[in-house]
Amino acid sequence: MNTLLDVRDLRVRLNTARGPADALRGVSFALAKGETLGIIGESGCGKSMTALALMGLLPDGAVTSGSIRFDGDELVGADDARLCALRGRRIGMIFQEPMTALNPLHTVGTQVAEPLRHHLGMNKAEARAEALRLLERVRLPQAAQRLDAYPHQLSGGQRQRVMIAAALACGPELLIADEPTTALDVSIQREILDLIAELVSERGMGLLLISHDLGVMAHTVQRVMVMYGGTVAERGPTRAVFERLAHPYTRGLFRARPQLGLSRGRPLETIAGRVPELVDMPRGCPFADRCHRVVEACREMPPAFSVGANHEARCFNMEPAP
Amino acid sequence: MTDAKPGLSLLVVDTLTKDYRLPRDSLFSPPHIVHALQGVSFTLDSGRSLGIVGESGSGKSTLARLVMALETPTAGTVSLLGRDLHALPANDLRAARRDFQMVFQDPYGSLDPRQRVGRIVAEPLPAVAPKERHDRVAEALDAVGLRGTDADKYPHEFSGGQRQRIAIARALITRPKLIVADEPVSALDVSVQAQVLNLLQDLRVRFGVAYLFISHDLAVVDHVCDEVAVMQHGRIVERGTPERLFTRAEHPYTQSLIAAAPQARFQ
Repeated sequence: MNTLLDVRDLRVRLNTARGPADALRGVSFALAKGETLGIIGESGCGKSMTALALMGLLPDGAVTSGSIRFDGDELVGADDARLCALRGRRIGMIFQEPMTALNPLHTVGTQVAEPLRHHLGMNKAEARAEALRLLERVRLPQAAQRLDAYPHQLSGGQRQRVMIAAALACGPELLIADEPTTALDVSIQREILDLIAELVSERGMGLLLISHDLGVMAHTVQRVMVMYGGTVAERGPTRAVFERLAHPYTRGLFRARPQLGLSRGRPLETIAGRVPELVDMPRGCPFADRCHRVVEACREMPPAFSVGANHEARCFNMEPAP
Repeated sequence: MTDAKPGLSLLVVDTLTKDYRLPRDSLFSPPHIVHALQGVSFTLDSGRSLGIVGESGSGKSTLARLVMALETPTAGTVSLLGRDLHALPANDLRAARRDFQMVFQDPYGSLDPRQRVGRIVAEPLPAVAPKERHDRVAEALDAVGLRGTDADKYPHEFSGGQRQRIAIARALITRPKLIVADEPVSALDVSVQAQVLNLLQDLRVRFGVAYLFISHDLAVVDHVCDEVAVMQHGRIVERGTPERLFTRAEHPYTQSLIAAAPQARFQ
């Protein structure tokens, strides 16, 4: 397998009002061409920070260390010109809220054509023709008429299709999708996820899907990483992780989620406390203060222990097999 | 679906209809009309919990606003404790509001950032003595698992889940019979969602409050509600207990909603 993306010991330190805080504390993963990887976690776990670091879009004053290799090129410390040449061309990104990610003053056609003109040097007519082809590919209804429509004239699902068309315009090798369906209705969610999955396999792209929705992950990606407090708590093949739930945080997250027909009438199991602020994150395992299986050793950062084939969890006292 | 029993039920909604008029395309064309609700009827008894599910545009939130008497219906009635809310004079309606309160989706947007929590929570209370006011605030905060001392803090000092608790405390302070909750946990993280859902269940047992629970999340509705109504195009297309509805849905729209719901399980 040829590695498309190789992230090693990625650390990001942010300046907050309460002093420096570690948003990412040594995240490592690899993604091969055509492979799909999901990042699961709650707000503040570092999942979006990981995506921003990959795109070189971290907030001002963020200090990054470690290594991000994209197709062999080191991105940590790369200058803006090099990152700009990658973003939108070899790395495409879809954001959560298409209404804020699209420019309300430009037509849909112009926005899909923009990366084509910028990166591929197409002229206006070529770019417009290609934009139409892309909008038809993402099954935007009445694409030809909608080329000249503005974002506010489209529904949420249609806007997300436009975002996908723009992200795919230059044929990127890696697609990063940050909560792409969170703002959409359930039935449209499924259509958009199916569309992304279809395009990823058709073009052999790598997919990094970020979501808090466990159900979305179960159906879309081959492997998952569960993140907490800027570290990877558990990772492995999606099915293995979902069935084993080795890390107490992974299991807590699954138990807390009501499931159709399973939990009626009984109180949900909750995880005690709440996610600490980055500045207050404990030195060892970030989950230690909320964990019901905490032991003395957890005051130091646990290494990744093997759970099964390609499946590991960062925990000294894993949950027993269910 | 016309099983209205006036006088017995807490809330009786009878053939409720709401049309919105859109701007005309030109001076002489007739205005477009959106039929947001088309004859919705249901009843809700004390201490029960009715879930309303459907996609955006199905009329869920319009229904919530009409039940809360924040808008007037085009036709039909909303009766709470036997009183027609939309026929009440303004003063009586204001007094009646203590019996029904609302919890909104966004715990960031629904709390005034410049007011202290104590003042926010006390807002729905009619004029009462400072001592009683203080006690009621403390009681409401305690009921949702916050400390009495939290009354002196500002909303930004709390996390999303705690802010939603503040919003629930504000709804509880008048000791309402009905709480209309519009997507109350959609903006919260999964582990916090569970805490708030458990709190809502617990309050129902302790205070006998009834919920009109609006959500797009079928699993959440399944967990919280005794009965579920499925809305599409401004109508209730199917209604039943979650046990029946989520296992043997009859209407094709309900079936498609269930089929589309993401499941974190492998069959």
